[in-house]
Amino acid sequence: MDIERLVAMANDIAAFFDAEPDKAVAAEGVRFHLSRFWEPRMRRAIIEHVGKGGEGLTPTARAAVEKLGPVP
Amino acid sequence: MYAKDYHDLGTPAAKGESVTLEIDGATVTVPAGTSIMRAAALADRDIPKLCATDTLKHFGSCRVCLVEIEGRKGFPASCTTEVAAGMKVRTQSEALEKTRRGVLELYVSEHPVGSCPDSSRCELETLAKQHGIGESRFAGPKTSRHVHTHKPVDHSNPYFRFDNDLCIVCSRCVRACEETQGTYALTIEGRGLESRVAASQDETFLDSECVSCGACVEACPTGALMEKSILTAGLPQKAVATTCAYCGVGCSLVAEVTDGTVSRMVPNRNGRANQGHACVKGRFAYGYATHQDRVTRPLIRKSIADEWTEVSWEEAIRYAASEFKRIQARYGRDSIGGITSSRCTNEETFLVQKLVRAAFGTNNVDTCARVCHSPTGYGLKHTLGESAGTQEFVSVQQADVIMVIGASPTEAHPVFASQMKRRLRQGARLIVVDPRAIPLVKSAHVEADYHLRLLPGTNVAIINALAHVVVTEGLTKEDYIAERCERDSYEKWKKFVADPINSPEAMEKVTGVPAADIRGAARLYAKGPNGAIYYGLGVTEHSQGSTMVMGIANLAMATGNLGREGVGVSPLRGQNNVQGSCDMGSFPHEFSGYRHVSDDSVRAQFEAMWKVQLSGEQGLRIPNMFEAALDGSFRGMYIQGEDLAQSDPNTSHVTAALSALECLVIQDIFHNETAKFAHVFLPGSSFLEKDGTFTNAERRISRVRKVMEPLCGYADWEVTMLLSNALGYPMHYRHPSEIMDEIAALTPTFAGVTYDKIDELGSIQWPCNDKAPAGTPTMHVGQFVRGKGKFYVTAYVPTSERTSSKYPLLLTTGRILSQYNVGAQTRRTANLAWHSEDRLEMHPHDAEARGIEHGDWVGVTSRAGDTVLRVEITEKVAPGVVYTTFHFPESGANLITTENSDWATNCPEYKVTAVQVVKVAQPASWQRRRQAALPASPRRRPQESPVS
Repeated sequence: MDIERLVAMANDIAAFFDAEPDKAVAAEGVRFHLSRFWEPRMRRAIIEHVGKGGEGLTPTARAAVEKLGPVP
Repeated sequence: MYAKDYHDLGTPAAKGESVTLEIDGATVTVPAGTSIMRAAALADRDIPKLCATDTLKHFGSCRVCLVEIEGRKGFPASCTTEVAAGMKVRTQSEALEKTRRGVLELYVSEHPVGSCPDSSRCELETLAKQHGIGESRFAGPKTSRHVHTHKPVDHSNPYFRFDNDLCIVCSRCVRACEETQGTYALTIEGRGLESRVAASQDETFLDSECVSCGACVEACPTGALMEKSILTAGLPQKAVATTCAYCGVGCSLVAEVTDGTVSRMVPNRNGRANQGHACVKGRFAYGYATHQDRVTRPLIRKSIADEWTEVSWEEAIRYAASEFKRIQARYGRDSIGGITSSRCTNEETFLVQKLVRAAFGTNNVDTCARVCHSPTGYGLKHTLGESAGTQEFVSVQQADVIMVIGASPTEAHPVFASQMKRRLRQGARLIVVDPRAIPLVKSAHVEADYHLRLLPGTNVAIINALAHVVVTEGLTKEDYIAERCERDSYEKWKKFVADPINSPEAMEKVTGVPAADIRGAARLYAKGPNGAIYYGLGVTEHSQGSTMVMGIANLAMATGNLGREGVGVSPLRGQNNVQGSCDMGSFPHEFSGYRHVSDDSVRAQFEAMWKVQLSGEQGLRIPNMFEAALDGSFRGMYIQGEDLAQSDPNTSHVTAALSALECLVIQDIFHNETAKFAHVFLPGSSFLEKDGTFTNAERRISRVRKVMEPLCGYADWEVTMLLSNALGYPMHYRHPSEIMDEIAALTPTFAGVTYDKIDELGSIQWPCNDKAPAGTPTMHVGQFVRGKGKFYVTAYVPTSERTSSKYPLLLTTGRILSQYNVGAQTRRTANLAWHSEDRLEMHPHDAEARGIEHGDWVGVTSRAGDTVLRVEITEKVAPGVVYTTFHFPESGANLITTENSDWATNCPEYKVTAVQVVKVAQPASWQRRRQAALPASPRRRPQESPVS
């Protein structure tokens, strides 16, 4: 998967949840969205990207990916 | 002219208290306000008539429907006289007969018996024969209106002709144009013997304002206005009620058949969605079904560089199945997927997603709704609890204030637009939120109170500003909210929108809309008392599409505008079965009825019924499939009834992905753009060739009935079965009704739906189950489907697609009345008479600054690509904004749209693309080649298998 595209998508999701003042709640919103709508290879790719430093991800998006569970 | 076998009751229904009277000695009870004519017809005592028809208000001009009423002098007209308690009416007497004969003789002097092409269905000639009138004593040149008004027959409209010599000037066509359609294109010119029907300023029908909806043809009691198809094909031998396959209004139509093919399509007067009306597409543009471009034999090829070879069905299916098996064996189970179609039936859509989940063993299934209304599903599900519109169309007749956001109903949903305009003429107020001056902003007897002409991409800013006014000016319905909504979410949202950053004054800089207009519109909507919101793809096809849908739901909840007739949030669905394809589990994360695949209990029900283990992980969406194809992890696709290469954004990106596939199987009625990248072409069947159901924008499930045999030998659902069986997962449905039975067994909202019940009720709006056995016209009555309505904070996030010095204009896209989506159907009809090419609308200021004149070719360039269009200079678009339709592949509209998409659903941001426009000499070379090659057809070689 094109990681730049996935980073942009994750950031777009985070931009919606960033309206939430509590950043932990915002990150949980993003994590839940990724776990419900992203296909496993997309989740694997973004987790791997964060493992390599997560360049380009906003803080909320990065926090969400870090909390994603293992992908089958 | 009536649909075959229709019993016209003469005047519309009334809704008063019951009144009992006597007609020809029979006791009749009808609602107060009913005409004597209608009451008599209901009692099977039909009174002769010519100027009356039950779709139009009474007119009282023909003087044929006279009756006698005990205690009253003279012969009152039964169409204009209302019933009264105890009234005694006689419809037959010697005196009445003498009077009627005299009147009929006068008409026959203008329209001799036997002059109509279809005398059996000419109301005048039928009446004349019933009354024993052959020739008229009054016939002659001095008294003939036609001598004074003679005009050549008007053949200009491609679908019907007007013969003034057969016209009796009853005004039914004029009134139909006004009352039914709301266009006011027809009038009666002249007086007395010189009076005649005229279109606009005495122009031809084609050149006039006529929108060719056919209401006048339907209303004409003689053969003056008549379908050309009847004149050439002959009289119909049978009639089949079915459902239109164009937009999401889902009009009920009656297909009249002559010698096995459709000779006329007429609106079903009993149709609940369309109420006896239709448009230029549904009523007339069905000829594509038998167009010479139809592909009726399966085709295969090993490589997309090869020519196609015609093969048998068995070979095509065997090859497709073997390729999918090979790919999965090599690249894994999730390396293939499928796309369902919003043009196909619910049953076909359900089967395709079942094929993908059960036979492919993956959840890589998506639908073309991805690129139109997926944000509607997300936004309404989260806020209200159900992924569907809240109202039935007739609800608009109770609306006091109508807000239309990002939609142009008169162009894209014309039959519903006619209903809406009727309510507006009665006095409902109108707010239009759109970058473009859509026709509804100002048309005959309709004018918007507010046109919030926002910059493309600023919807959320507008909805927040409207909500800001509602909240800060105390216009919220606090009792309603307290009873029906989540308090915490409301308080959080209220605090958010009340922030001055969301005020109209602050947002004026973002949206370009004067703050005073936003304030006025907000007050108008909130005070309704019934405020109804209708929206279209101008809401969903944005990077904040889902946010905007939630913002709309927030505003409706805050003002108490949900849960009863006359209010609501109603998405106007683009294609005929967008709602249905979504309902049927076409999204990669949901089974039918919008239940997530990770829900163990739901998955267990499907596994038990389908006898196979299913994946609990959501699959790829369409744009994700493209990405996966480009990285090599996705290699095979089965696409039913969808043209991704033309309809999806950033064409070069899409075609690169399609080119990377090892096996692309296309099932379609035409050799579409996507087929250029296919390895197997399976012929599809049109809506006329199969049984099934469509679900329209008001959740109405209507029957599609087979009118003619499939040209390729199989209906689409049968082809999916063949493929599934070849893959080793057996499917053995004998009729689509058996598929619907399975849908009902697995889907709570469809639990009570059967073909028998649809036949009995005419149509059913889901949910239909034990709680609502006859269906649910209005949703969220009493409480929201999710329990308490939930407000979401909807911060405005500007799209990354912004203007710059390089791309200083914003392009937005839409539809035109006579064409439909990518045009595969309508481009193959005479609708080309109205729209034969896509044009770029541009404001005069922008044109002048670039030295561009009306009709020039212009190059349109975005960061994704470029194309060339002819320009139309108009003030319908604001300075800085350009607009085009996307009905012709040679226009290349999606060469310039980008891969930007909605954050929640990946619905493409078709509505905002930064572009530059410059004058050029001619179309691009690829466009010229394509235009020269029209009409397109696949290159074929006979019977030589490339893959044996």
